[in-house]
Amino acid sequence: MKHLLSTEDLSLSNAVRILDTAEEMAAVGEREVKKLPTLRGRTVVNLFFEDSTRTRISFEAAAKRLSADVINFSAKGSSVSKGESLKDTAQTLSAMGADAVVIRHWASGAPHRLAATDWIDAAVINAGDGTHEHPTQALLDAFTMRRHWSKLAGTPSAGADLTGMRVAIAGDVLHSRVARSNVWLLRTLGAEVTLVAPPTLLPIGVEKWPCSVSYDLDATLARGVDAMMMLRVQGERMNASFFPTTREYSRRWGFDDNRLRALDTLGFKDTIIMHPGPMNRGLEISSAAADSPRSTVLAQVRNGVSIRMAALYLLLSGDTREPAVRTNSTSSPSAHATKESH
Amino acid sequence: MASQQQDAGTGAYLIRGAAILGGAPEDLLIRDGIIAERGQDLSADGATVIEAAGLVALPGMVDIHTHLREPGREDAETVETGTRAAALGGYTAVHAMANSTPVADTAGVVEQVLTLGRTAGWVDVRPVGAVTVGLAGEQLAELGAMADSRARVRVFSDDGICVHDPVLMRRALEYVKAFDGVVAQHAQEPRLTAGAQMNEGEVSAVLGLTGWPAVAEESIIARDVLLAQHVGSRLHVCHVSTAGSVEIIRWAKSRGVNVTAEVTPHHLWLTDELARSYDPVYKVNPPLRTDADVQALRAALADGTIDVVGTDHAPHPSEHKECEWAQAAMGMTGLETALSVVQHTMIETGLMGWADFARVTSTAPAAIGRLTDQGRPLDAGEPANVTLVDPAARWTVDPSKMATMGRNSPFAGRELPGKVVAMFFKGHPTVLDGKLNTPYRWLPEQAQLPGTAAAGH
Amino acid sequence: MVLNQADIDRALTRIAHEILESNKGSQDLALLGIPRRGYPLAVRLAAKIAAADPTVDPAAIVGQLDVTMFRDDLSHQAMRPPYPTQLPRTGIDNKVVVLIDDVLYSGRTIRAALDAIIDLGRPRIVRLAVLIDRGHRELPIRADHVGKNLPTSSAEKVRVRLEETDSVDGAPVNEVVIEATA
Repeated sequence: MKHLLSTEDLSLSNAVRILDTAEEMAAVGEREVKKLPTLRGRTVVNLFFEDSTRTRISFEAAAKRLSADVINFSAKGSSVSKGESLKDTAQTLSAMGADAVVIRHWASGAPHRLAATDWIDAAVINAGDGTHEHPTQALLDAFTMRRHWSKLAGTPSAGADLTGMRVAIAGDVLHSRVARSNVWLLRTLGAEVTLVAPPTLLPIGVEKWPCSVSYDLDATLARGVDAMMMLRVQGERMNASFFPTTREYSRRWGFDDNRLRALDTLGFKDTIIMHPGPMNRGLEISSAAADSPRSTVLAQVRNGVSIRMAALYLLLSGDTREPAVRTNSTSSPSAHATKESH
Repeated sequence: MASQQQDAGTGAYLIRGAAILGGAPEDLLIRDGIIAERGQDLSADGATVIEAAGLVALPGMVDIHTHLREPGREDAETVETGTRAAALGGYTAVHAMANSTPVADTAGVVEQVLTLGRTAGWVDVRPVGAVTVGLAGEQLAELGAMADSRARVRVFSDDGICVHDPVLMRRALEYVKAFDGVVAQHAQEPRLTAGAQMNEGEVSAVLGLTGWPAVAEESIIARDVLLAQHVGSRLHVCHVSTAGSVEIIRWAKSRGVNVTAEVTPHHLWLTDELARSYDPVYKVNPPLRTDADVQALRAALADGTIDVVGTDHAPHPSEHKECEWAQAAMGMTGLETALSVVQHTMIETGLMGWADFARVTSTAPAAIGRLTDQGRPLDAGEPANVTLVDPAARWTVDPSKMATMGRNSPFAGRELPGKVVAMFFKGHPTVLDGKLNTPYRWLPEQAQLPGTAAAGH
Repeated sequence: MVLNQADIDRALTRIAHEILESNKGSQDLALLGIPRRGYPLAVRLAAKIAAADPTVDPAAIVGQLDVTMFRDDLSHQAMRPPYPTQLPRTGIDNKVVVLIDDVLYSGRTIRAALDAIIDLGRPRIVRLAVLIDRGHRELPIRADHVGKNLPTSSAEKVRVRLEETDSVDGAPVNEVVIEATA
């Protein structure tokens, strides 16, 4: 694994490896000294072509807890907005010796371009590209679900997948990179996914996705859901006639107080409510739902740092980047020592 | 180049043993710009002999859809480089699309393009006139003035942009009847394709790229064939890309509508699966579709529903492709690969023979453009516009070695069949041994070169 | 074969007694095994210490210390998740911590372990026990308790196999062997 670009091509073993590593990273967060020296001397660049303070500080915290040097490069107000191309930006970062580039971009596929071209020889982590994917968000969601699922089963979460877990994802699937990354990852981990959305906010071709599709949130809830994930709805979608009014949207597809009560009356006492944030309270999720004990919103944020530490660690520690300076004689016999005796 | 003065049209060449339209080997004697003789064992009689055993002789190819970029975007392509590419690709005539800067929407601009083409001398450059002023879709350009100009424009197109206003389209179709013109429509409903990046379907759903739905093309074609029928005019549909469009055109032709249709080489082969790479070299308008569409387009070209292959050769500077998909320009080069791609997709699949190839790449496009001296049979007395192809050759596409300035070939790295060995344009060998020879030299009064500069050529 | 099952057991018994002797008893002892094979060795040593001193609860004094995140050679490591770090129930602050690993070679693992310990707490004393010391140190580190000193060439590999972590043809195995590198 040299890059983390999407969950679509993430194997089960790599996905579980990231989740397991994140468990160890989470343990570090509970120590007195929350910092590890692991990535000392490595440079992680947060290359953000789109504003996202939440995601950026999560990656920044992750990199700093691993002692990496962090450079934040916001494309706004920089030479990029003056017409510098992605290629020139990438080559500039390469010349500065970036070991990993965390890229957030409004254009789908921009991280793939960085990874596929020879513009830069660094590990590329997709921090959200257009309406394509947001793999670390899906991983932190899966991490949150796995902890919940394992706790219910009374088994350790390390090594586990999500076989049998029923997950519903409701909202603007069409424009959601979070939904896409979740669908692929949850399939890989063995969960059963149902997408719930107005037909206008589902992509043409969704019938080929490894999930069920419903237009009816109540019917989906009644069938039983272990994790209910609400997606953010952009207000401007209303102007493009994706739905008539925000009121109608929230009545049909929002997780409101009635649906929160319905979980109790239906007897789903262990169903969690998830949201990738930032939330539109009163639109796709009611305040009571967002603040209820079922809500994992803050746990998701917390777990985001662990997942991103795991991703940085695994991408930057593998022996995939440099033709290693290791000879049998002198330079690093310690590597042999650990390998041979372990 | 000016020093390589050629005896334009006066040299004599004997093509010996070429399979004419893929048939039995025959000789062709070319002299004074025409095919002097066709038959067996012709006497060389002082002519330069070209041994053509194993080669196929075809009427010079005619591209109905080429972007030469000049004037305005000489960083992307010039008439000189684009027509060199055309000659190397087997063409003796290209229709230069109107979306230059300034737009070819006046007699002045189309005459300028005509002159540039004649100065270059590699192929016949036939300017296409814009339908509307500045391609803005608001007001008809001076179609009559362009038709009457020295460029004798017969094909009018806002290509790149759809003439989407139904009233304007109706008027254009009606108006061009006055001079036997044709409106070549870029069928793309603009509202259904706002921000569109690729074919809308299974792949776009996964990639999160805004979809370009087939219906946006099909709905315009359906409207336009009905309009063409209603006003009794001639319609040409550019770059048909969907199975549904094929159905509509087939239906229209069965109803007697005077419609012709074009398919690009890339739509005969490539699919939207290639977008998974996010490499903008596969970004084109209309977009690459599905394999079902590709198969329907091949069948339609073979059965005549689609009349011609047009390259939609669209060179772009590399910085317009070395970027994010959404930022990248749409378009692919095509002049130097069209013959090979059509051979691969249509001939080697058994769907067509070389005679059909000549129909879709030469006879039919010449007829659409009303070119009287192109797309003619390879018979005695006809203009000597001849393409000699080695169908057994195999070559690997390397954009850096092409004559076009565009490096955006979607076929880069692929091995293709068929190689142009020699080209005769008006009896002059513009290509020999697969390499550019010398351009044809129009007489100064024909070339209409400005001032005395003509003497230098 | 350098050590068989009985040899390993005898070596561990001796080390257990050395630990008790140098500590003058079992008070404040904490054993930290370094994954993978240091941890089962630590568990075995704790059992032997408990056998010698029945006041000791072996489960309470054993922990596991993963040093992966503290290594200085990460880019040469195969990509794998770190092992969990679990401190002994009694903690390590003001304890006599004995680090336990299977093979002592360059000393870099122990260097990493010392860093890791310091981030976790403040032991009174840190000692080192290893089953095999094969030489070729690259850092000024030495073991307090050694099962066997094994002169090797750096072209050789020392393989420690323990029944808790290894098997040969499906059968659990306890042995130490030297292999020549290919």
